[in-house]
Amino acid sequence: MEQDSGFFAFIQQQSGKLLSQTLTHVGLTMISLVLAIIIAVPLGIWISRKPKFAGGVLGVAGVLQTIPSIALLGILIPVLGIGPKPAIFALFLYALLPIVRNTYTGLIGVSPVVVDAAKGMGMNSLQVLFKVELPLSFSVIMAGVRTATVINVGVATLAAYIAAGGLGEFIFGGIALNNTNMILAGAIPAALLAVLLDFILSRVQRFRLKKVVLWKAALPVIILTLSSFYLLPTKLGGRLLAGFTPEFMGREDGYIGLKSLYHLDMETVVISDAVMYKAARDKHLDVISGYSTDGRLKAYSLITLEDDLKLFPAYQAAPLIREDVLMKFPGLEAVLDQLSGKISEAVMTGMNYKVDQLKQSPEKVALDFMVANNLYKKPRPVKVGGVAAPTVRIGSKIFGEQYILAQIYRILILGNTDFQVETKTGLGGTKICFDALQNKQIDFYPEYTGTGLLVVLQPDRQTREKLRTDIPAMKSYLDREFHEKYGLKWLKPIGFNNTYALMMRKEQAAELGIKTITDLTNQIKN
Amino acid sequence: MIKVENLVKYFNDEAAVNQVSFEIAEAENLVLLGTSGCGKTTTLRMINRLLEPDSGRVWIQGVDTSLQDPSKLRRGIGYVLQHHGLFPHFTVAENIAVVPKLLHWKEDAIRARTFELLEKLQLPVQLAGLYPQNLSGGQQQRVGLARSLMVNPPVLLMDEPFGALDALTRRDIRLEFRQLEELKSKTILMVTHDVQEAFELGDRICLMDKGEIQQIGTAMELLFKPANAFVRSFFNDQRTQLEFKTVMLTDLFIGGSVPAKVSVWDTLENRSDTDAGIPALSDILTAFENFKRK
Repeated sequence: MEQDSGFFAFIQQQSGKLLSQTLTHVGLTMISLVLAIIIAVPLGIWISRKPKFAGGVLGVAGVLQTIPSIALLGILIPVLGIGPKPAIFALFLYALLPIVRNTYTGLIGVSPVVVDAAKGMGMNSLQVLFKVELPLSFSVIMAGVRTATVINVGVATLAAYIAAGGLGEFIFGGIALNNTNMILAGAIPAALLAVLLDFILSRVQRFRLKKVVLWKAALPVIILTLSSFYLLPTKLGGRLLAGFTPEFMGREDGYIGLKSLYHLDMETVVISDAVMYKAARDKHLDVISGYSTDGRLKAYSLITLEDDLKLFPAYQAAPLIREDVLMKFPGLEAVLDQLSGKISEAVMTGMNYKVDQLKQSPEKVALDFMVANNLYKKPRPVKVGGVAAPTVRIGSKIFGEQYILAQIYRILILGNTDFQVETKTGLGGTKICFDALQNKQIDFYPEYTGTGLLVVLQPDRQTREKLRTDIPAMKSYLDREFHEKYGLKWLKPIGFNNTYALMMRKEQAAELGIKTITDLTNQIKN
Repeated sequence: MIKVENLVKYFNDEAAVNQVSFEIAEAENLVLLGTSGCGKTTTLRMINRLLEPDSGRVWIQGVDTSLQDPSKLRRGIGYVLQHHGLFPHFTVAENIAVVPKLLHWKEDAIRARTFELLEKLQLPVQLAGLYPQNLSGGQQQRVGLARSLMVNPPVLLMDEPFGALDALTRRDIRLEFRQLEELKSKTILMVTHDVQEAFELGDRICLMDKGEIQQIGTAMELLFKPANAFVRSFFNDQRTQLEFKTVMLTDLFIGGSVPAKVSVWDTLENRSDTDAGIPALSDILTAFENFKRK
């Protein structure tokens, strides 16, 4: 019940947004559907006249249907940009198959005797089509339209990934923020919409058509299409446009904070992380939310804006190690601290770029870095005879940056100590890594201070707010809490800060003289 | 009225219709008779250009049909189909009104003609608002006939018009058909595989096989002067009955005082000795044997 009351409160709170998202959703669905009908019905008529093309046309439409929706949207972005255009086009493609196939099936199914009679009475081929064939296959064609409608209402949720809006904004925002109410606020209206549109069309399907009069049929369709365009978000562009992930939109240390702390008030669209960077490169977006060491920053010539009012908490990378490990491996701490301050954000971004974009192996990138920074020493020879040296086990999470760091530490330990090293990379997320550390399955792994604070310690809001701008205070809070609660120690920071950041294209930022988020706010105010 | 000259139609390199020629006089009823696949329906469909011949020509009322717009040509030709071919999404009245609407008749003219035809074909007026699937087979066939007669076309093409009906209904509707005033002045080309029907309705019969005409002539000619072995054997199954039905008393007793238009069959079927002017049964049978020997 608590969930229920929360849900309705959420709906009430967000009713304006919900309404506009629903209208956008209807708009996307209807426009694509109408376009699909305009193309698919004549196409279906054509292949019913030329059966040798039927297999080919239905085959192509079928293949289009099997392209995963996210992939299709991704393919369309370089061509059509972001926003409603590629979304409508993708939905249009998905609606083609059911309508073409049902038009074809419907027309093929009209009794040849009846068609023969119509011709024999002296109807010309258009009269046969509009007075006999289309009216008789109308209910089959409408069944195809209904299928297409239901598919489109569903797929249109994905439009939120490419800044086209719709109920997907709530759904994906809710998933990213683990907010059930938000998910339901998107999912339930979408489901109701599908049921409602299907019901309306089922009523239409029952009409017994005597004939299809082209202009009478076309008029409502045209009106509907025009009105649907009205429902879509207004034209993008003009001023600076920001694209944020659904998660960033809903976070206190995201867009909400930007608005309250910086009073940043700019035109925003919701977009998926997967296409956001490309959209920024291709000038569809001017400002995006991202991670400050993401390799794509370098790949797409983006720069991060300085967070001059310290909205985003520090996510400084540092080895997180069990205190008993430090006892067991004397001298290890000093060796690990050799890396302290050596990797700046630019350097880390560069290495991520090599791994994520250039597909180099983390081992090679790590080795190159060590050599270039004079940190590389040949691994010490394994002692023969005697007792085997103990093994240090290094963990890492499942993304490129952590793989690189684990390799760097491996080279460092092998070159400077007699210990053996085992890397356990790809340990899923924070929770898995942290549990492995506590359960003594690994000895240390690189962690970020912000993550340690928000994911592991989860302090109350007041504490969070107090620590946000005060890095030394946060450091001592973390050191104390981890020592007392878990017997863990944060070693010296590696140097870079992998945090949320706003990003812009390098040349645009330079042109507008924007270096900080405050600069951005001022630029928009003018 | 209708003249067909050297029609040829190939389907997949096989001649479905080969060098077919015939003429139909005004108000004549010519029946194309033959088994399935003999080319009779193909021939009929080339006359209103539902099929285009590979070669050969057709004239209707002296006009070469290949020079006319096919749709306009068909509006002037009544067409009755085997499975009635009524439009399932139209009511009876709407079905009947199809051709006059194509010809832009006025609504009240259409209505008047519809009721006239319903009455002539003994269809209750209430049927006008029903859909074809709610009618009996006989009613559907009558509606199909009414539709073809609406604009009073001089020429009627009928493709197995009674083919979908049960034997009893068939006989009744055939009887009506023969008596229907509207049809008496029409030039009719009818396709059937039913020999009885052909003999009953055709002024002349055109017997076809393998796309070619075997013989054209009256029933009498086909029975008693077969052109070849095929024609002779074609009627063997029902020969006696056909002969009895075809030969009239007036053929047997030329100049005698016998009633006209009474066949030997009728006499045998409805015989009662009180009938005046009908010769004794033995006399008829003797005369019949003599007639056959001629």
